[in-house]
Amino acid sequence: MDLFQEFLQHCVNALQWGSFYALIALGYTLVYGVLRLINFAHGDIFMVGAYIAYFVATFFLAQSGWGLTHIMVLILTVPLTMILTSMVGVGLERVAYRRLRRRGAHRLYVVITALMCGLILENGNLALLGASRKKFPDDLIEKVNWDFFGISVTNLKVLVIFAAVIVFVLLHFIVTRTRIGMAMRAVSWDKFALPLMGIPLDRVIVFTFALGSGTAGLGGVLFAMSYPVLEPYMGVMIGWKAFIAAVVGGIGDIRGAFVGGFLLAFVEVMVVFFGWSTLREFFAFSILLGILWVRPTGLFGTAPTTKI
Amino acid sequence: MKKYTLNIVFVLLCAGVVLASQYKLLDRYILTVLMLMGINIIFATSLNLVNGNMREFSCGHAGFACVGAYVGSVLSVLLFTANKYTGQPLLSPSLAPLLFPVIMLAAALVSAVFGLLVALPSFKTRDDYLAIITIAANFIIISIIENSEQIAEQIFGAKSFGTFINGSRGFSGMKRTVNAMNDVAHIPWMEIWVILGACFCVFVLYRLVTSTYGKGIDAVAQDEIAAEIMSVDTKRTKLIAFMVSSGLAGISGVLYAHIYGYVNASSFGILRSTEALVMVYLGGMGSLSGCIMAAIAFTVLVEALRPGLRFLNDNMHYLGMLPDGYEISEVWRWVIIPLILFLLMQFRPEGLLGNRELTHVFPKLKNWFTLR
Repeated sequence: MDLFQEFLQHCVNALQWGSFYALIALGYTLVYGVLRLINFAHGDIFMVGAYIAYFVATFFLAQSGWGLTHIMVLILTVPLTMILTSMVGVGLERVAYRRLRRRGAHRLYVVITALMCGLILENGNLALLGASRKKFPDDLIEKVNWDFFGISVTNLKVLVIFAAVIVFVLLHFIVTRTRIGMAMRAVSWDKFALPLMGIPLDRVIVFTFALGSGTAGLGGVLFAMSYPVLEPYMGVMIGWKAFIAAVVGGIGDIRGAFVGGFLLAFVEVMVVFFGWSTLREFFAFSILLGILWVRPTGLFGTAPTTKI
Repeated sequence: MKKYTLNIVFVLLCAGVVLASQYKLLDRYILTVLMLMGINIIFATSLNLVNGNMREFSCGHAGFACVGAYVGSVLSVLLFTANKYTGQPLLSPSLAPLLFPVIMLAAALVSAVFGLLVALPSFKTRDDYLAIITIAANFIIISIIENSEQIAEQIFGAKSFGTFINGSRGFSGMKRTVNAMNDVAHIPWMEIWVILGACFCVFVLYRLVTSTYGKGIDAVAQDEIAAEIMSVDTKRTKLIAFMVSSGLAGISGVLYAHIYGYVNASSFGILRSTEALVMVYLGGMGSLSGCIMAAIAFTVLVEALRPGLRFLNDNMHYLGMLPDGYEISEVWRWVIIPLILFLLMQFRPEGLLGNRELTHVFPKLKNWFTLR
């Protein structure tokens, strides 16, 4: 019974981590689905989101004259962080990718650029803000601990899982049911015929980046609330894992990213459950390698046809 | 005689460096930088075979260097020095100078086998997916070494060998091998090995690229399907290119480990792979001579950034342009290096020489040296 309880506790944690992976993987998959571009800087945009959340939250908490309660600070922090982070993402697109796209550069150059942007963001952060770790104010919401048959569930975990589900439903709705979503799907279908149909390509792409980065920003806030110590390299591993999740699910597909995130989290938690916690990365990357080797399109993806 | 001029100049230069270090004419730091240059030449040119000549995108090159570094170090420590695992050295330490090339080759072989980790998936996947596979391979290799203790326990049922490798904290003891070599004859062994290793690597790559297989590699780079139709065995070509590339990277790893006398898996991470990428794309994809020049220039640049950043920091503080609490630290190097590659991709993605050799840019140069 004890072992079973421990197992269920692990499952709850897996749901929480799966939500983080899903939130980031959704950003990867959105950009890939539209542009066929793997935005490797996305993990670092998540990191930037967490830092922005830190600065916004501490700024509001410092304004004692405004009479803000902690829950109001949280309500202000979440949308502000999402907006600011999406601005970072759009800026990245503007500075780094647009020129390459216009010139029709080979995708490898774009991948290298993305990797380098990630490194610049990480190390630039380290160089500017210093090596001291930032502590996110962890009293924004009052911690409540529910106990279901010996399994402890905090309200924060529920919030995280809830947020991931909401974001997934929203993004799925946007992509499949709205006009701009239709435009996004059209971009991935044929980038050259699109302007002929009167669809503003750049605006659609900017919207995609804003959407993806905003999601990563939300992930950053929630992550910072759950694990309040921030450091410049926090986005690297989680970004990679989210990418693995997106690939497992079939990159380019919103459902795939969501399912893949939870799947990866469960695999990892099982690895920990069996006592090989330091081998988590090994297993995650081995899964990635295996999937890319055997079935590069993932669970939901469809293989692109190549003409000779 | 004229056509051997540059060859003779090169030999004299190498002899000069070796003699200078023998008679302590050069600063220890400058010597280390020079050796690092040689290692970077091996590291960059071997990646150039895959990234430049074959136009595949491997960005986990440091992983193979890591394999080489560990295999070479463990072998040399086990064979030639008293260690914790076997106690006495397995072979007489006086054999060290003789067998060091054998160790390098063994490490290269093992690295080449690890190259299969990338070579086999490359049959089915290309482009950015292959790039991800290489990064995953890099992470997997580092993770295996960092968890050597646990993995040894799972596989062999005993963790003693894993503890000996001591994955997470780094492995040392190679200085004793170097000392053993010095006991046989007191000459600058490591300098000689680096020079020989770099020459060997460039020679192998030059012969490979100009051979029929090299033409096959070019064909695969241009159009894989067309190459297949023209009876190029694309799988074999890819296998050869990836395995040679990772094997040579392994040699650079062995030399690296023996120069510093200490290896740690974490120093062969994605950042080290990025360094190799910068060198390849700086020099020009597929240009062996460009790659060598870029490796030299890059090493000098990285070392020059240390005093450069300190100089900048002091002067900015002196002029009052920086707030007191802020120092320009060496972390900025890791901003500047990716930034170079970033700007290169934006403005000149084909690199400085851009797929041309130095002899294409200066045709007269051909009369001055012979390379066969």
